[in-house]
Amino acid sequence: MAAGVGKTYRMLQEGRQAQAEGRDVVIGYLEPHDRPETSALAEGLEVVPRLRTEHGTLELEEMDVDAVIRRAPELALIDELAHTNAPGMRNEKRYQDIDEVLAAGIDVISTVNVQHLESLNDAIAELTDVRVRETFPDRILEEADEVVLVDLTPEALQERLRAGKVYPRDRAEVALQNFFRADRLSSLRELALREVAEDVEARRQSLVLDPLSQQAVAERVLALVTPEPRSQRILRRAWRSAERLGSQIDAVWVRRPGQQLSEEEQVSLAALRRLAIVLGAHFLEEEGEDLVATVRSVVYERGTTYVFVGTPDESRRREVLRGSLVSALVRELPGVDIRVVANRADRPESVR
Amino acid sequence: MSALDVVLIVVAAVCAVALVSVVLRRRPPRRLPVSASARRVLVPFSGQLNETVLDAAIRIARAEDAVLVPAYLLIVPLRYDEDSPLKDEVKMAMPLLEAVEHAALRAGVPVDARIEKGRTLTHALRRLWEVERFDRIVAPAPVNGGGGFTEKELAWLLAHAPTETLVLKPMPTGPPRIRSAGRAA
Repeated sequence: MAAGVGKTYRMLQEGRQAQAEGRDVVIGYLEPHDRPETSALAEGLEVVPRLRTEHGTLELEEMDVDAVIRRAPELALIDELAHTNAPGMRNEKRYQDIDEVLAAGIDVISTVNVQHLESLNDAIAELTDVRVRETFPDRILEEADEVVLVDLTPEALQERLRAGKVYPRDRAEVALQNFFRADRLSSLRELALREVAEDVEARRQSLVLDPLSQQAVAERVLALVTPEPRSQRILRRAWRSAERLGSQIDAVWVRRPGQQLSEEEQVSLAALRRLAIVLGAHFLEEEGEDLVATVRSVVYERGTTYVFVGTPDESRRREVLRGSLVSALVRELPGVDIRVVANRADRPESVR
Repeated sequence: MSALDVVLIVVAAVCAVALVSVVLRRRPPRRLPVSASARRVLVPFSGQLNETVLDAAIRIARAEDAVLVPAYLLIVPLRYDEDSPLKDEVKMAMPLLEAVEHAALRAGVPVDARIEKGRTLTHALRRLWEVERFDRIVAPAPVNGGGGFTEKELAWLLAHAPTETLVLKPMPTGPPRIRSAGRAA
């Protein structure tokens, strides 16, 4: 929301919590603002040394992006997302540094005030008469896995200012007359709350509505696969139908007891598992002598309403003597739709 | 037994034999024959695949009696876990992969299609060849500045590919006909 509400403190709390849960956490950059409570909370967390740079007579310190990436923690705490780096640094803005850290596969928790959000720049200028120069693109907020609002009432924030917990007392008085006036803080707070509410709503739409629609339709698709290339298509076909139905999808391979897979079959099976992950399908491996009976138990366990099966590869003799797989499925799975996925290679025009 | 009975018995026997032969006649082979040790030609792509490149890859696979492995590469954005399902991206990949598969099968080349994912295209590619054997890779180069792998990706590919690699640059005329909305030119 604004300086002094406790963003850095909250970031450190999250970092400590993650560390307690066993994650490898470092401080990529911390701005303690000479606040003893903040410094105390940072104790015990590894700090990646900063990069020193000179600008004229000034010696400046910035986050050492390369050092953070080399250290390769699971989670990096990087304060002040909207910060502008010192001239001569590789990136102009810290959020660009953070992009690089994220690209290296490292999770990041950062902090930012609502007035730095690019799309709110004009609104903030109107409300506070202050044109904020350090802004960051809205996409950063949209791409974040989670946005946490650190909220404080204007009165409480002003109290913290007066107590010297945000700025030194002499600076605090000036701040209270300007940016930290109660009306301005109220407006900022309202903007922050609204922004986070919109973010939450957007996430809710994508997360909640899909499962609801699934429940309404209550369909569930099952693809019968075998460790061979053509099963890729069966699974893909089943997925397309599941998408149209808005339903969950399972894939099952029924392994005969003691069945040994050839190297090719192992590769195919691994590829099917990877495809199932990409498609968001649940891959099941069941053992059973009787394919149809095993499929039937999976169907009843999972609440399947559609079964996708490849073109049976059985000879006519086997069909006559032992019955066809499709007929057996139709007979044994009453009330369940059976769909046979054709083998494209069977089409008459397949071989020129 | 009269002569008529004999004739009827003979006719019935002939019919029975004919029926059995019809019932027991083997179906034509359903799958294109693939030997266990067949060579595998990988054609990785993302977003679109130039038809010239596909034709060339099919010709190579056919000449070598190889299995064509068209692999659609997906990029998992950093905000998602690496094992997240990528439904929107797959929606784009699916019809393209089907079209590629169909083109290969029409030409009589067995296909074993893949969808592979990674943080980058090269990451996805590495993951794929780390777990599967390929005897040749046919990589499309960009045409008119779009489609195919970028210069950097191709340089990486040539430096790291575990097998013979062919970079194919199509004629810079004529739009690619097989494409999806993903990584457009």
